[in-house]
Amino acid sequence: MFASIRHLGQYGIDLITALGRAGSIWWQAIWRRPRLANAHLLFRQIYQLGVLSVVITILSGFSIGAVLALQGYNQLVKYGSESALGLGVALVLVMEIGPVVSGLLFAGRAGSAVTAEIGLMKATEQLSSMEMIGVDPLQRIVAPRLWAGFISMPILALMFSVVGIWGSSLIGVDWLGVYEGAFWSAMQDGVDFRSHVLKGIIKSIVFGVVVTWISVYQGYEAEPTSEGISRATTRTVVHSSVAVLVLDFFLTLLMFNF
Amino acid sequence: MNLKAKNAGEDHIIIDEVVFSRGRRRIFDGISLRVPRGKIVGIMGPSGTGKTTLLRLIGGQLKPESGIVEVDGRRIPQLSRKDLFDVRKSMGMLFQSGALFTDLSVFENVAFPLRIHTDLPKDMIRDLVLIKLQSVGLRGASDLFPSELSGGMSRRVALARAIALDPRLIMYDEPFAGLDPIALGVVVQLIKDLNRVFGMTSIIVSHDIHETASIADLIYVISDGKVIGSGAPKELFEQDAPRIQQFIKGLPDGPVPFHYPATDFRAQLLSVDSVNQRQFG
Repeated sequence: MFASIRHLGQYGIDLITALGRAGSIWWQAIWRRPRLANAHLLFRQIYQLGVLSVVITILSGFSIGAVLALQGYNQLVKYGSESALGLGVALVLVMEIGPVVSGLLFAGRAGSAVTAEIGLMKATEQLSSMEMIGVDPLQRIVAPRLWAGFISMPILALMFSVVGIWGSSLIGVDWLGVYEGAFWSAMQDGVDFRSHVLKGIIKSIVFGVVVTWISVYQGYEAEPTSEGISRATTRTVVHSSVAVLVLDFFLTLLMFNF
Repeated sequence: MNLKAKNAGEDHIIIDEVVFSRGRRRIFDGISLRVPRGKIVGIMGPSGTGKTTLLRLIGGQLKPESGIVEVDGRRIPQLSRKDLFDVRKSMGMLFQSGALFTDLSVFENVAFPLRIHTDLPKDMIRDLVLIKLQSVGLRGASDLFPSELSGGMSRRVALARAIALDPRLIMYDEPFAGLDPIALGVVVQLIKDLNRVFGMTSIIVSHDIHETASIADLIYVISDGKVIGSGAPKELFEQDAPRIQQFIKGLPDGPVPFHYPATDFRAQLLSVDSVNQRQFG
């Protein structure tokens, strides 16, 4: 009885300590904005985290857009309202699936890489040696990654949605024969920049910050052994995915006036 | 030019009554030692006695629970993060693994501290890097990447990087571990030359007695969180304290026990509970 209470207490203390440490890393790094002289570090990370995630994002966006069109058409055609296909797919993609799925992909592709890279730098004493050279790893290693995630994620989410919509038009209009004018004009009328697209962008920015934050923290705090790094990488993917899904619920609740 | 003579008699590093623990384990229990300026000081002791921890305390990567860590008259644990990074510019540290940045070439690794901390023009940085690489004999390897180097070469590149800013203090963490006899000879000679030519204060953390004794001016032997013996290598060899003798002669058992603390061996073998505990506990 007492043992389980003690375990619960210990778990609570560990959790709060971890949150505190993660917060302090984030806070210290975010104020070390990459300077102009260090811009190349930021560009390199945008390339590593963002550009290298483009292919997987586009492929997934296309597949999901196509599937949404197939399933959506099947249901809509029963009521003769298949012309609303474009609107439905666009809203779902821009507000929900775009930010969420690209956030999950980002966690799997870029987040795990960031954790493994920083964890290995720690294990091979590269972070220590950087400190001893008089360079703060929070500025040189952590900050560019945080900023790169913050910048790349919304762009990836938008790409996902755009390619998804294109995929759905290919299936809906070109293959299933939905009237092209209705497909696009319903979308144009129904999708509003401020109340739909912008909210999706805000979501993806939040996901970008959270996923890179978790990845960087897990790498920075990883136990410097092969087992420790493997655990940290797994934790990054699991924690980031759960965080994206849970945050999505709360953000939707907050932003869409329920 | 002779820096050693100019600053003779002054302590570069003062460590006084330092207490430090990792978790529940007490690593240092009031350790005190001094490192004279311009000398080569060996810090020796069995594995796990916290020799590397001592270097991290000097470099400010760890903070002691109590006691004084002073480098060049500045109290390291009390410094702000910014001041600490400033002080580190005058320290070089050679890590056991080399700790080269794997995404940079040998040339860029050595150029890294210069690019960060100086505004020197490109061609001057290039010349400086080539001079440092020449001094460790690896100018020809400047385009290679760390993954293409052998262990000994990595350590020499790391040494070139550690001395890039001409630090006043250089700390070597196990510089002799895992090197072949030729690479070992090279590293020993390099440490000696750097100290002689540039007058750098050098701290060598090691458990290789003969190599360290061959170049050190002063040796501290630490065990159980304290200094158990110190002196010039020759004096140390003559001391008859059993712990020091055990360490110097490499005896497997003695005051430093061979066995990790455990319960009675016979009792454990005969006990059924312990088997069950292992299997199902």
